[in-house]
Amino acid sequence: MGCIESVKHEILLKNASFQECRDFVRAHFKEHYIVAPGYRIFEKPVIGIPPILIAVEGDDVIFPYTKPCYGTFLLRATDRDEAYRLKSGVNA
Amino acid sequence: MGIGREGSDTGARRAVLVLGCPQVPVQTSIALYLAHVLRLRGLGVSVAGNRAARHLIQVADPEGRYVRESIDIDTYFSQLAGGERDYAFAFVFIHNDSGLVYAASVHAMTQGVVIPVVYGEHYEEMAGQVSYARETIMANAVHNPMPLKHRIDEVIPWVVSNL
Repeated sequence: MGCIESVKHEILLKNASFQECRDFVRAHFKEHYIVAPGYRIFEKPVIGIPPILIAVEGDDVIFPYTKPCYGTFLLRATDRDEAYRLKSGVNA
Repeated sequence: MGIGREGSDTGARRAVLVLGCPQVPVQTSIALYLAHVLRLRGLGVSVAGNRAARHLIQVADPEGRYVRESIDIDTYFSQLAGGERDYAFAFVFIHNDSGLVYAASVHAMTQGVVIPVVYGEHYEEMAGQVSYARETIMANAVHNPMPLKHRIDEVIPWVVSNL
């Protein structure tokens, strides 16, 4: 996900553990989906410790992004097509 | 996708060392030693890591005697997920939560064997979260690489010949 910076996004959590991001999604978003590691979002594979939860709120997609030295970030980005793909269960 | 059959190494068994944040001093030293041991056993070795982790390896091994190929960590995961790249062995370096994320992700996607290399001051806590691995290399090593080196010397002959 090297080009995640090219996607306009909001940071909901930063320097968190993967578990903290998963718990945040469960606590704050009614609509969320479980994907396997490697599920592509914004053309890049999502990595994580299963179960990986990705939330959808309107056209927003909320997903984890892990960096080696900075832990896991929980990001929110707006993309109608990505949201629809998650809702419709179309895997990468 | 053929495991360990990419590039000019067709037919050779290959291993990848998935590096974590290089903030713990032993990582680069142990990665190069592990590459040396694997190379002696006939495996070609690649490393995947962020820029700093790869530069530490490249500066210490300028002629590529130990590490044949260096890959950006995001490129590695993208190619692994896409079925374009895989290895017979993936040694995933773990000293923090990100390392656990990388190891679980490799485990879910690879057709090869995942061997976590767990170190740092919280190594026991970290090792408790990689129960899916058939073999784990772990030691309390932060500045001194010797405990981890000894574990590598004990484990690698068994791992490479039996897994």
